[in-house]
Amino acid sequence: MRLELRESPPIWLAGLAPVLAVAAALVLCAGLIVWTGESVLEAYALLVKGAVGSRFALAETLTRATPLILTGLAAAVAFRAKLWNIGGEGQLYMGALAATWLGTGALDLPAFLLIPLLLVAGALAGGSVLIVPALIKNKLRVDEVVTTLLLNFIILLFVNYLLEGPLKDPMSLGWPQAAPIVDEGILPKILAKSRLHLGFVIAIVAAIAIWLVMRFTVWGYEIKAVGLNARGSAFAGINVNGTIIRTALISGGLAGMAGVGEVIGLKGYLTLDLSPGFGYTGIAVAMLAQLHPIGVVVSAFFLAGIYVGADSMGRAVNIPTYLADVLVASSVLAVLVSVMLVRFRIRRG
Amino acid sequence: MDILEILLTTGFWAATLRIATPLIFGTLGELICERAGVLNLGIEGIMTMGAMAGWMWVYQGGDLWGGLAFAAFIGMLFGLLHSGFTVYLGLSQHVTGIGITLLASSLSYFVFRMLLPDATTPPKIEPFQPYAVPLLSDLPVLGPSVFTQTPMTYLALICVVVIWYGLNRTPVGLAVRMAGEHPLAVEAQGIDVLAVRTGAVMVGSALMSVGGAFLTMSAFDAFYFGMVNGRGWICVALVIFASWRPGKALLGALLFAGIDALQVRVQQVSGAAIPYQFFLMAPYVLSILAMVVMARRAAYPKALLAPFRRGDRA
Repeated sequence: MRLELRESPPIWLAGLAPVLAVAAALVLCAGLIVWTGESVLEAYALLVKGAVGSRFALAETLTRATPLILTGLAAAVAFRAKLWNIGGEGQLYMGALAATWLGTGALDLPAFLLIPLLLVAGALAGGSVLIVPALIKNKLRVDEVVTTLLLNFIILLFVNYLLEGPLKDPMSLGWPQAAPIVDEGILPKILAKSRLHLGFVIAIVAAIAIWLVMRFTVWGYEIKAVGLNARGSAFAGINVNGTIIRTALISGGLAGMAGVGEVIGLKGYLTLDLSPGFGYTGIAVAMLAQLHPIGVVVSAFFLAGIYVGADSMGRAVNIPTYLADVLVASSVLAVLVSVMLVRFRIRRG
Repeated sequence: MDILEILLTTGFWAATLRIATPLIFGTLGELICERAGVLNLGIEGIMTMGAMAGWMWVYQGGDLWGGLAFAAFIGMLFGLLHSGFTVYLGLSQHVTGIGITLLASSLSYFVFRMLLPDATTPPKIEPFQPYAVPLLSDLPVLGPSVFTQTPMTYLALICVVVIWYGLNRTPVGLAVRMAGEHPLAVEAQGIDVLAVRTGAVMVGSALMSVGGAFLTMSAFDAFYFGMVNGRGWICVALVIFASWRPGKALLGALLFAGIDALQVRVQQVSGAAIPYQFFLMAPYVLSILAMVVMARRAAYPKALLAPFRRGDRA
C-alpha cells in the first residue's frame, strides 16, 4: 500500500474532511460516555440542546464563539506562513491589558473614538509580543513554538502582578481585578436579554477582511508562498523575513483584539480568569477550519457550541465537562488524518 | 543572608536535585525523540498523563514501582499515537504534538474527575520516601542532603548514563542517531527507519511520562490541575540548550534547577521588595535566554521535522 498525491482533490471531499473528523471524534468520545454509565445518545442530545436548543443557549454559544473566531484567525494566518504561533493566550492578555490601561479613565473620549482606539491599542499590544519570537526566529533560527509557549506563562504572571499591584482596583474588596472600563469604552449589546455584544460583529468583519487579504492581495500571496516554500519565495524575490514579521503583527494583533473584546464587551474589567484557554482553543479552531478564514467562523461556532453544550450537559448528567476538551483535542487529531486522506489517495501495490 | 550563604546550605543542593529530576526525565525523553528526527511537542500532555496515571495506580491500591511502570506504559501508548501520525502518516510534527498535548492533558483531567467525582481537597497517597545511600550519605557537608533523595532521583541519574551509553556506544543508538541525521543511509543498511523512529518516540514518551509521575509520586503526594505548569516546554528548550547530548542535558537541568532553587530562597530573603511573580517568571525567561544563547551553535539533527517515505529520493 502506498500514498499517491491527488492532482486536484475534489472540492466536496475537502469540505467533507472536517465533518468526517468530527464524526470520528464523536464516536471515540462515545466510549468515554459509555464508561460514565450514561446514555450516549442522551448525553449528545443534551449537549446539542445546551448549545443551540434555545434563544439563550444560542446567544451564549455566539458569545463564546466571539473570542474563538479571533484567536482562530490569529492561528490560521500565522500557520499559513508556517509561523507556529502558540502564544495566542498571552497575546490575548496583552490586548486585554492595553484596553484596561487606556480604557479605565486614562482617556476622556466619546464612545465612537474610544472603542476603535482600544481595539487598535489591543491589536498593537498583541502584535508586538509576537514580534519578539518572530525576530528571534528570523535572526537566530530559534523555534518559535517553544518561545511563544513560554511567553504565555511569562505574560500571565505579569498580568497577575499588575492585578495584585499597580492595576488593582481599590474598590474590588481584595479580589485581584482591575478597575472597570469606563462606560464610553463598553461595547453595546446586540441582542436583548443576552450577553452577546458588538464584538461578535467585529470578529465576523475581521474574518471577512482576513479572507480578502489572503485571497486577493500581494500580502496574502506572500504569506502563503512563504509558508509553502520559504526558500523558493526568497528566490522569487519575496522578502521572507519581512513577511514573517508582518504575519506576526497580524496574528498577534488578532489575538490581542480577542482580549480587548472580552474585557470591553463581556466582563467589563480585567481578571486573571478572563480566558479559559481561548488562545489554545484557537489553534484547534484554525486546524478544524483547515486555516481558511471563513471556515474559522464556522469551526469557532462549532467548538463554542461544544463547550457551552458540555457545561449544560455536565449539570444535567454525571459526565465531567472535560469531555468537551477531549472532544476538541480528538477532533484536531482526526482532522489531520482526514485532510491527508483528501490530499492523497491510497493505492495498492 | 546573601547568595553565597544560600549556596552553602545543604537544603539548596537537595532542592536543586529534587527540582531537576522531572526535567532530567523530560529532557532525556525529548532528546531521544529528536535524535531520531521527531519533535515531540506532546511532552507537556504526556507528563500530565504520567502524573495522573502513576498517582491513580497507587491511589487504587497498587504499589509505587507498579505505578511508575504503569505511567511509563501509558506514555508509550501516547508515543505510539504520536509516531503513528508523524512517522507513518508523515503529518506535521508541530500540529500533532500540540494535538497530543491537548488530548493527553484533557483526558487525564477527565479520568481524574471520573474516578474521583467529588474530591474537593485532593486525596493523597504515600509517596516515595528519601533513601540514604550507604557510605555516600555519611560524607561531610553535602553528603546527607545530596545523597538522601527519593529513588526516582537516583533513577534519573542512572538514566542519563544508560541513555548516553545506549545512544553513543550501541548499534541501536547508532541507528537512532542516523534516523535523525540521514534516514536514507539507515534504509540502505536494510534497517526499517519507521520502526527505529517509532521505537525512539515510544521510549522517549515513556521517559516524559515517568518525569510527570515524579511530581505526584515523589515531589508531592497529590494530583492537581495544571501541575506540570510548562515543565514540558522547558524540557524542549533544555534539549536545544544541551545540543542534543545526554550529559549536557543533565548539566542543563541541574543548572536550571539550581537557579530555580536559588530564586525561591532569594525571594524569601528579599521579602516584598520584588513582587513574587517576577521570581516565578525566572524559569520561563531563562529557557528563552538559553535557547537564544545556544542558537548559533545549535546543531539540529539534520532530518528533524522531515518525514521519511520509503522510496522517496532524498
